Amino acid sequence: MRSDELVGQVRAFLAEHAPATTERLEFLRARFDAGLAWVNFPQGLGGMDLPRDLQPVVDGELAAAGAPDVPLPRVGIGLGMAAPTMLRHGTVAQLRRWLRPLWTEEEVWCQLFSEPGAGSDLASVSTRAVREADGDWVVDGQKVWTSTAHEAQWAVLLARSDPSAPKHEGLTYFACDMSAPGVEVRPLRQITGEAEFNEVFLTGVRIPDAHRIGEVGQGWQVARTTLMNERVALGGDPVPRGDGMIGLVVRKWRARPELRTAAGRDALLRLWVAAEAGRLTAQRLREELAAGQPGPDGSAVKYANSHLNQEISGFELELLGDEALRYDDWTMRRPSRRDWRERTSGYRYLRARANSIEGGTSEILCNVIAERVLGLPREVAG
Amino acid sequence: MISLRYSDVEDELRASVRRVLADRAPWQAVLARVESSDPYDTGLWQTLAADVGCAGLAVPQDRGGAGGSYREAAVVAEELGRAVAPVPHLGAAMATAALLSGQDCGLLAKAAAGEVLAVLALPLSTRPGAGLPGTVTADGERLTGAVGGVADALPADLLLVPANGGLWAVSREAADVSEVISLDMTRPLADVTLAGARATRVADAAPAVAAALLAGTVLLASEQLGIAEWCLDATLAYVKRRQQFGRPVGSFQAVKHRLAQLWVAVTQARATARYAAGCLAEGDPDTAVAAALAQAHCGPVAVQAAEQCVQLHGAIGFTWEHPAHLYLKRAKADAIALGTAAHHRDVLGDLLTIDR
Repeated sequence: MRSDELVGQVRAFLAEHAPATTERLEFLRARFDAGLAWVNFPQGLGGMDLPRDLQPVVDGELAAAGAPDVPLPRVGIGLGMAAPTMLRHGTVAQLRRWLRPLWTEEEVWCQLFSEPGAGSDLASVSTRAVREADGDWVVDGQKVWTSTAHEAQWAVLLARSDPSAPKHEGLTYFACDMSAPGVEVRPLRQITGEAEFNEVFLTGVRIPDAHRIGEVGQGWQVARTTLMNERVALGGDPVPRGDGMIGLVVRKWRARPELRTAAGRDALLRLWVAAEAGRLTAQRLREELAAGQPGPDGSAVKYANSHLNQEISGFELELLGDEALRYDDWTMRRPSRRDWRERTSGYRYLRARANSIEGGTSEILCNVIAERVLGLPREVAG
Repeated sequence: MISLRYSDVEDELRASVRRVLADRAPWQAVLARVESSDPYDTGLWQTLAADVGCAGLAVPQDRGGAGGSYREAAVVAEELGRAVAPVPHLGAAMATAALLSGQDCGLLAKAAAGEVLAVLALPLSTRPGAGLPGTVTADGERLTGAVGGVADALPADLLLVPANGGLWAVSREAADVSEVISLDMTRPLADVTLAGARATRVADAAPAVAAALLAGTVLLASEQLGIAEWCLDATLAYVKRRQQFGRPVGSFQAVKHRLAQLWVAVTQARATARYAAGCLAEGDPDTAVAAALAQAHCGPVAVQAAEQCVQLHGAIGFTWEHPAHLYLKRAKADAIALGTAAHHRDVLGDLLTIDR
């Protein structure tokens, strides 16, 4: 389909669902049903089987007409990770049940992967899934570092279904209803003082076999789809030059001449160069993906961005000096959104430490790049 | 939006240049030549400039060129960097850019066709925007003075010399051009002395030199990308093959992580070099930022890649008989050529109003 034909379809949709007079949720549901949610998804599942790079055509038309905002594509656990995983490994019935409320954000998703004993070595998860006589499953175990678990209706869950099999072969992947009996969510306070994450205790949680995603014993392959998409999501969407953390510090530099030193200027420009190089690299990766060329792993972008954020946020404290010694709030609270721009420099510095740990540590990402992109041999069989 | 990918035409051009270089400039040949009395491979340059058409890529057809663009010229620079080929492409490209900025004087078409090798007589370390050296003066049509550390002057037919606000063409025979023992053996420098040399004014110096330095910084970034790519590829091949403790040294995490980080840096260098070439090709208003960014990023990446190449090859990488040193010397010299990374960061600060 050409982009002008697509524009015609969007306009026809807008004629039937005027944004000014249509309630937000109703509009979003209708948009999904019209195939305008994510055009690269299949027909009947919010899309039209079109190339991903036609999505901005839709978004631009809808924004110009004042349509209600939707979350950015590829951001968030539901849109960014659960949805692409289901699309690849789920059944049609599962896709029909879960995708629409996921996209409209009526149902929030979280990810029950990491455990106290299974971090980088994720395939060693020990949460047990035992199959009952009726074919359904009973799950027991403990998960950790679970963002948004306290808001989520659903979780993607990786559990061990066969302890006697080799560790990568004994896993099965499920969708877990977070309101089911036996699911307990406890906040996990982090170094910033707040709690984005949770510990999740699963005690005798019953999961219908219809909520299994992929085959029994194929959980690791399914989880890899999620992790790959997590790294793409963390690698970021298109941003204009001077946005994000570097933009914030540059604006501070411009507004506060009294903070400037020659050494500080060169340090800031080093960071600007690194940020812009990273931004162009992500742009080039997206161009390659849009052209259908299998670009290198998004791991590289995620790796570079996390270290850059850490360096920029560390620089900001040194630039501010005395002021950086004051923190705004250590109260244990639940951040409702990522409000890092409004917090103190110390918050940004501390929060950025997680960037090189969450979604695969930098050390694991270096292994991934070395082995899958550069073809270097594995160090040990694991 | 500037495309950061390589087009099919660019890929084909790359393949033909790489074929020529594989045939004519394998590293053993490069090493032998740089130790000879004739360090530039003028025959190879003739093939590339005239037969493959590299000399006129950035020159429009109506001015005697091939009607390509700086995007293609940058791809050629990448390949020449990969091969550390001892050819005067940087000097030629800068002189062509200088001539292109002015009125036609008959020289541009000859340079674009590879018939005449003209080279801008400026020190290789000249920093864009830092003013002209002013060490040569014109008296009528006679030039007197000296310019030190000029790249690609040794094989040149013509020198383009800035003096008294003009850019002057001086025949190679009218100048004293003496070879310097250079850090970068594959691009040896020369000291140029003029004693009342007969000259013809071909352009105004300031816009011509500015255009030459801008094109030079953009192409140099792609050359640096090519150097870094070769160093990464050669090191990867070596650590997969080299066995110690009963396994390939490339299986050790200390080695793998360095190479993964280097790969990330090279991937970023490619994006910045492509962006700069695309901006220059399209006359984008962001070209000055793109060029300074590419230089601030690619210079250090090429040095990092060459240093890691020596280190990860172990002792063999420190020997004369291994090509790593040719790349290390080129990379380090390139990091100083046309302004260091620190200079380009300073330029960026001014362009971006990140004030002092």
